Amino acid sequence: MLALQILIDGFAISSLYALGATGFTLIFGVSGVLNLSHGAIMVVAAVIAWWIAGTFGVGPYLGALAGVGASLACAFFTYRVIVRPIQNSRAIPREEKEIFVLTGTLLWGIMLQEAVAYLFTNNPKTVRPLVAGVVMIFGVRTPWNEILTAALSWAVIGLLYLLVNRTRTGKSLLAAAMNPRGLTLLGFELSSIYVLVWAIYGVLAGIAGVLLGAFLGVSSDNAGTLTASAFSIVVLGGLGSVSGSLMAAYVVGYLETMTAYLVSPSIRTVPVLLLLVAVVYVRPQGLLGRR
Amino acid sequence: MRVSHRVGAMGAALGFALAAPSAQAADPIKIGVIAETSAISGVGIPNAAKMAAEEINKAGGVNGRMIEIVDYDDHNSAVDAVRAFQRAAQQDKVSAVIASYISEVVLALEPWAGRLKMPLITPGAASNEITKRVHDDYDHMKYVFHGYLASTQIADIVCEAAKSLMVNDLHMKTSVVMSEDAAWTIPLDEEYLKCLPTAGLKVLDHIRLSPDTTDFTPIFNKIEGDKPDVIVTGISHVGVQPTVQWQQQQVPMPMYGVSSQATNSTFWKDTNGAADGVIFNMVAAPDVAVTPKTIPFAKAYQEKYGNLPGYAAYQSYDDVFMWADAIRKAGGTDPNKMVEAMEKTDYVGTIGRVVFLPKTDTFAHGMRIGDGYITGLMVQWQNGNPITVWPGKVATGKMVFPTFTKLAQ
Repeated sequence: MLALQILIDGFAISSLYALGATGFTLIFGVSGVLNLSHGAIMVVAAVIAWWIAGTFGVGPYLGALAGVGASLACAFFTYRVIVRPIQNSRAIPREEKEIFVLTGTLLWGIMLQEAVAYLFTNNPKTVRPLVAGVVMIFGVRTPWNEILTAALSWAVIGLLYLLVNRTRTGKSLLAAAMNPRGLTLLGFELSSIYVLVWAIYGVLAGIAGVLLGAFLGVSSDNAGTLTASAFSIVVLGGLGSVSGSLMAAYVVGYLETMTAYLVSPSIRTVPVLLLLVAVVYVRPQGLLGRR
Repeated sequence: MRVSHRVGAMGAALGFALAAPSAQAADPIKIGVIAETSAISGVGIPNAAKMAAEEINKAGGVNGRMIEIVDYDDHNSAVDAVRAFQRAAQQDKVSAVIASYISEVVLALEPWAGRLKMPLITPGAASNEITKRVHDDYDHMKYVFHGYLASTQIADIVCEAAKSLMVNDLHMKTSVVMSEDAAWTIPLDEEYLKCLPTAGLKVLDHIRLSPDTTDFTPIFNKIEGDKPDVIVTGISHVGVQPTVQWQQQQVPMPMYGVSSQATNSTFWKDTNGAADGVIFNMVAAPDVAVTPKTIPFAKAYQEKYGNLPGYAAYQSYDDVFMWADAIRKAGGTDPNKMVEAMEKTDYVGTIGRVVFLPKTDTFAHGMRIGDGYITGLMVQWQNGNPITVWPGKVATGKMVFPTFTKLAQ
């Protein structure tokens, strides 16, 4: 029974981790940006979904849509106002641009976090789940919302897979990740590809934020942890590798769940951090990293 | 010409010197308020203090001087709180401070109150250590007063209510204690483990969780495995998330005990109604006339700020009146005289009759609890409203639980 419980709970949380980390790694793979405002953008999505649904009584679906819209807006803002000006700046030496982008997105993330705390307080908020109730799976009482979270996460990841592998636009994203210069020579506009990837990122982070808000609840204080979690998964999976991130999300999710069940919930993140340190030593390119 | 300038300057200096005492007499009495204003429990502290100051000023102030609240946001950081305290004492020249609902923050401020001889009261922190320090080192720490219950006192109230509500009314026999890992829950849990069995609830397990926990599923599964009749809580830094997950996972035993976030009027909305059935401890509630001042304050607060006061707001409101009284009785703002006057406090506020325990008591400068003083309440979220369910003489409703709760037969 306990094994099944771990299997079910681990699967749900891992799926959500996978969705959250996919956008993060996609941005890095295509445009080389490590977006440290990632957690804050997820928080904005969850809190806006909670606020719109609760204050205006529009129901969970429109609330969720508003949350994803807010995340999309934040993603565009991050790219247009924070990332692109740094990348285009002539005052910043080329080799220092990455660190400036890191700093810029980190500060922007803190601003978003503080704005959410100021406007909505730092009390956690929970998005009303799309479905209520529980179901028994071989004797394990499982909330429908938990099943929906895992199913929606995988549906979105599946759609992303189809987009990237089966459409011309998606293939241009892959090409941009592999050889941006070559893509430019073929006549593709890199800047519009970057806009597209930030749009996809905004939707992915938004859905992940809303689902997290419905599954566990979210506070502005969680922004840093969410970024750190996505960062850990991406490093473990291999920077820029989507399939590596998916695999790492399950390693992290199950390791945390097993620790929580079998050792103590208080130290659920400790083994993951130890694993991360070990990976950095033994296999710095991560599980499926390209570099 | 030169002489006339000199005479003019001397005249001006003399005039200024003579005028100074009267200007000083009209200077406001400043009270510093330090709290985390982005948290619901925190923001109630300056909000309520400002309401009290307005009322005192409307009635003529204290010895002809107005009360001015100077508020500082500590961002839930002991370092920021200490900086704010130093600024309040040394730069802004406040006469007393009301600070925080976080024990760790108040424990960091306590030595500074002693060093700077600055009278300090906390309206919401609960650690026993706050009053223990006053008891152990009175000469240095006498400036500190505890305007809220100590953890042990809270546990005793929760146990007393459990005997009536859980054991007598619902015939429960077993419990699991679920507390967050924090300074205030160490004495709380110690007392729970002693007083719950005395009340008739055997403690099957004692779970301490990290305040950073976001996924409570493993914890609830472990508790369910123990098969207790009730989960007795000691949570403050967490609240919304365990409550929502308790409801979503339909954990079949009630949550009962201390849940500070549940004292906020926004808790129902924050949890999307998952709070239904949660029973929590308060010292005052908006639906019960603990004293004639309780309901008018809660109503006025709601009218002014749009939501009901959190638990620390009641005490913060009372604390301003108590400092004002102490200054009035002390004839000024000399800290030693203020402490002497505060020690003689016998004040009926929104939370009951406040009398501070003497320096010889283990809870020196803590509040006296029991009949005729501070008694405490148990309140339950029911259909969007906090309903007082204990003690019976002031209860405004009976306990009601969600359908997934399986009560002991």
